[in-house]
Amino acid sequence: MMRMPGRIAPSEITPRELFMSRRALLAGALAGGAAATLPEARADTAPAAQLEPLHYTLNRQDSVSLQPTPYEDITGYNNFYEFGTDKSDPQANASTLRPRPWSLTIAGEAEITGTYDLQDILKGQPLEERIYRFRCVEAWSMVIPWVGFELGALLRRFKPTSRAKYVEFTTLYDPAQMPGERYSILPWPYVEGLRMDEAMHPLTLLVVGLYGRVLPNQDGAPLRLIVPWKYGFKGIKSIVQIRFTERQPRNTWNIAAPDEYGFYANVNPSVPHPRWSQATERVIGGGWFARQPTLMFNGYASEVADLYRGMDLRRDF
Amino acid sequence: MPPWPSVEQRYRLLYKPVVFAASLAPAVLLAAGAFNLLGQSLGPDPVARLLHACGKTALNFLLITLLVTPARQLAGLTHLIRLRRMLGLFALFYAATHFLVYLILDQQLDLHAVLEDITKRPYITIGFTALLMLVPLGITSTQGMMRRLGRRWAQLHRLIYLAAILGVWHYYWQVKRDVREPLLYAGMLAVLLGYRILTRWRARRRLTSRSGSATAPGRI
Repeated sequence: MMRMPGRIAPSEITPRELFMSRRALLAGALAGGAAATLPEARADTAPAAQLEPLHYTLNRQDSVSLQPTPYEDITGYNNFYEFGTDKSDPQANASTLRPRPWSLTIAGEAEITGTYDLQDILKGQPLEERIYRFRCVEAWSMVIPWVGFELGALLRRFKPTSRAKYVEFTTLYDPAQMPGERYSILPWPYVEGLRMDEAMHPLTLLVVGLYGRVLPNQDGAPLRLIVPWKYGFKGIKSIVQIRFTERQPRNTWNIAAPDEYGFYANVNPSVPHPRWSQATERVIGGGWFARQPTLMFNGYASEVADLYRGMDLRRDF
Repeated sequence: MPPWPSVEQRYRLLYKPVVFAASLAPAVLLAAGAFNLLGQSLGPDPVARLLHACGKTALNFLLITLLVTPARQLAGLTHLIRLRRMLGLFALFYAATHFLVYLILDQQLDLHAVLEDITKRPYITIGFTALLMLVPLGITSTQGMMRRLGRRWAQLHRLIYLAAILGVWHYYWQVKRDVREPLLYAGMLAVLLGYRILTRWRARRRLTSRSGSATAPGRI
């Protein structure tokens, strides 16, 4: 596995004890916040304390040493059009999703394919926490402590064949559980794709948790993708199928607006969206003057720039 | 029995203050939200929230201002004209606040980025143009200016039609995907402008048919 020396200076890394005490402080603040909130205000979502804690180890090497965005912002400010197009809709509406039990289908160009219970797939899969930057194509950003595992570790178990050049992901299609799918704002179900080398990259995660607990519905329970150097819409949520393909899959936002959203969607401050600049970003939870420069590949350039050597990133945006 | 207050008195003492307070209410609530007062909050992305709320309130006031004339003519509420200037000025107030939030809080006075936005991003170009159109309307909204400009005042103030079109277009263009609400605004604006086209067309037809029958009976 690739390691990343030099990304975080050892002096920058918060000592574990201090980090854990901060974490305890945060957890306390969260519990307090939940208790102080009126019951009806959060009746639609399980408060953090009701979500099962996960067993995991912190992967400090692959984590950024930044203060994570508050839990209530990560769970109250979401783009998840399956539950509505307002940022606060997913938190309000995602209680209709039933993330357990959950079936995951592995299909396409692999020696082993089939439909599995997610619990069986996750059995024996060690989890780690990674604190990643998260950059939305809408020019806002967060810092998020995900809990998950490397996508590559899962993909290898199904022995993709030499014809597997891409991986396609599909979100659940069930308007009863995802009321937003009744409106044809996007072509449903949501689909996404990665090139095989992107999918196998050690930074690419399948995520099952957030802030040490099971992933809340509005953040893509029970299983979502995180590719930290790409815009957030690549991080497909509530995945029901992973398919190995020979040809490049289409992805939902690219189908919806091909001139605005590409297949690669690498974070790139020098390639503006047709309607807005990507040079800077608003830091969610950072208050009134929280605009900061956006970094090439969202700050992961030293790890992933090689994947795109020789490509015209203006054309393949 | 005491005499009923005159229309003038009712507007000055009751209607105008009430409408003024109601028009200021969105600003008060947003300001309260900015400081987490009165149970208000602007949420995780306060700048975007403030920006969008001011912009949409500006559009609301543009539409309400454009509603005055149809309401006067269709419902016979001719006195409503006394409120129109205030409503129009609130449209300008919220549009200007929208721009200042963008300039100061969102772009943090990065004039280079703002200039690039205004020149290179068409939806910002037209939004900025709409604001620029409202400014002379605000400046010439006084009684003195009305007198001084005479006929040309009404001509100048037809700019509000263009400003409203550009404003709604600006809203439609910046939405990522869900255009239902911008389309609702476009529909309401189409009705308000369509009413004016219709009444003007009818008036002209009445005029031509009357003058036609009087002067040249054989022609339509």
